[in-house]
Amino acid sequence: MSANSQDIKPTAKAPDAPESDGGRFAVPPWLRRAAGVSELWTFVILVALVAFFTIAAPGKFFTTYDITQIAVNASIYLVLGVGMTFVIITAGIDLSIGSVLVLAAVSAGEYNVHHGGPTAGWGTVVVCVVIALAVGTGWGALQGAVVATGKVPPLIVTLGGLGAALGIAELATGGQDPAGAAATHLQNSLGFGKLLGIPWMVILAAVVTALFGAVLGATRFGSHTLAIGSNPTAVRRAGIPVGRHLIKVYGLMGLLAGLGAVMWLASYGTTSIAGHSTDNLKVITAVVLGGTSLFGGRGSVLGTVIGVFIPAVLTTGLIVIGVQQYWQDVAVGVVLVVAVYIDQMRRKTRERA
Amino acid sequence: MASAREPLLAAHGVVKRFGHVQALSGADFTAHAGEVVALIGDNGAGKSTLVNVLSGVLTPDEGEVRLDGVPIRFTGPMDAQRHGVETVYQDLSLAPDLDAAANLYLGRELVRGGFLGRLGVLDRPTMRREAVAAFGELGVELKDVTAPVTTLSGGQRQSVAVARAVAFANKVIFMDEPTAALGVVQRARVLETVRRVADRGICVVLISHNMPEVLSVADRVEVLRLGRRVASFTAADTTIEELVGAMTGSLDEPAHNGNHAPVGTTEAEDGR
Repeated sequence: MSANSQDIKPTAKAPDAPESDGGRFAVPPWLRRAAGVSELWTFVILVALVAFFTIAAPGKFFTTYDITQIAVNASIYLVLGVGMTFVIITAGIDLSIGSVLVLAAVSAGEYNVHHGGPTAGWGTVVVCVVIALAVGTGWGALQGAVVATGKVPPLIVTLGGLGAALGIAELATGGQDPAGAAATHLQNSLGFGKLLGIPWMVILAAVVTALFGAVLGATRFGSHTLAIGSNPTAVRRAGIPVGRHLIKVYGLMGLLAGLGAVMWLASYGTTSIAGHSTDNLKVITAVVLGGTSLFGGRGSVLGTVIGVFIPAVLTTGLIVIGVQQYWQDVAVGVVLVVAVYIDQMRRKTRERA
Repeated sequence: MASAREPLLAAHGVVKRFGHVQALSGADFTAHAGEVVALIGDNGAGKSTLVNVLSGVLTPDEGEVRLDGVPIRFTGPMDAQRHGVETVYQDLSLAPDLDAAANLYLGRELVRGGFLGRLGVLDRPTMRREAVAAFGELGVELKDVTAPVTTLSGGQRQSVAVARAVAFANKVIFMDEPTAALGVVQRARVLETVRRVADRGICVVLISHNMPEVLSVADRVEVLRLGRRVASFTAADTTIEELVGAMTGSLDEPAHNGNHAPVGTTEAEDGR
């Protein structure tokens, strides 16, 4: 057992100075803390990937077009990833996001179809957005309420939600993507519009990310989210309503899935009922790559940003250097398993300390 | 000097049943401000149940709890906390991934003033400053209040849990086996802390199995057996043998020790 050696070291050195204390004097605290931050390692990987592709395909990879394209492709996953970060930090999981996105998109799309179709006015667009956000939030909060009872694990609740939400969307549409689900106004503004050369999709994702990054890092809500994932019993004893908080967290995930639906409709103009079955895996992968612990209590939105961009950079990079992009799936899969393995090891050594 | 004083926390004839099991059958308890009271008893004597009743986790089926002489019925641990009664749980009840300051203020976070505060934005600088002050008051030095508590030693973690209780309790602190998981040096520090807290006029109720420890730190020892208080000793005047005797019931004759409170009476409290 490799963990044994780590166990013995501090004990052997205990008489004079514990090992960690020795390190504390040699290395400045900010550096030690930086090295302990998992985002840093993920960021190093991301930078290494970008550097590699830039060198491997000079003048081809690191162009404005590629960066914009990567960012637009990543923006929906980023929005979903922000919500998933909160969920996973509570030691939960949400497998249903792709289906919730579809359900929200179909709800908004059906309204649009019956209120003007592609040529619908701004009023309809606003109603569609509200519908998508409301459906997502409602579905998420409902799942959160079931999770909060503590009787059914989040994995099962959201697995059920995944099937049910998709089923309802298919019932409503007969399984066919409705034509005219997105108004031209929506597509031309959020979908293809730019501000100072930056696509609105990217700006929206960045605002959502910054906002909820601040919520997680600086507010009572964020602190309680981390605490619940860390030790729910302690949080309950401290008088914090854990169940209500979980409903909010899963509701937030749903809200962002609804926003993802709006973004999807805006950029692709269709509901893509069959196109979201692996959203959950992609997003969970990104969040975990970003250093958020599947066991709860630890994680950051910044890490998720990096985690979202690793697969995105890999895909684009592999295409640019002429390697089959399917290698991306292989690479991300391997990295994901390694990331969780490292997380587990750290947790074990920490708990023995 | 104490005999004339109203007890800070008192319980009379507390009964608690769990189905057919009677965990407490008329238990009494007395504690004064500024004293360390050890609550001892064999496994199943009802220590935990009594503490849960006194700290608001359980409501008694019968009997009365008085805080500052006023009959009180806590609706839950939060209610007890509002009345200045805190508990240090045996498992410490800390969030290991959060730092010491965040743990100190868990559920009672300080927020910024104005608009940001209404959004729930935390006032971390103040929380950290106050945390350092709270730890300093207990004689605990933490190198880094921003480090997750999981990176702290067992003794330091214990100190964080104790500091949290001390920071918010102004009447009573219950400590469940506070030294069970600690080494010799850390144990001494925690006991020192317990003493210091009591010197500030707070009553510390210590649940412990460690007899030498009980005698060294407690002012008084209350012994539970079969759901009742069977004896109450002044720690300075008793011995381990006597405590064990009372716990196991081999010293049941009340006349054996003058310092011995007969079952069911509270008037016979020793003067301390």
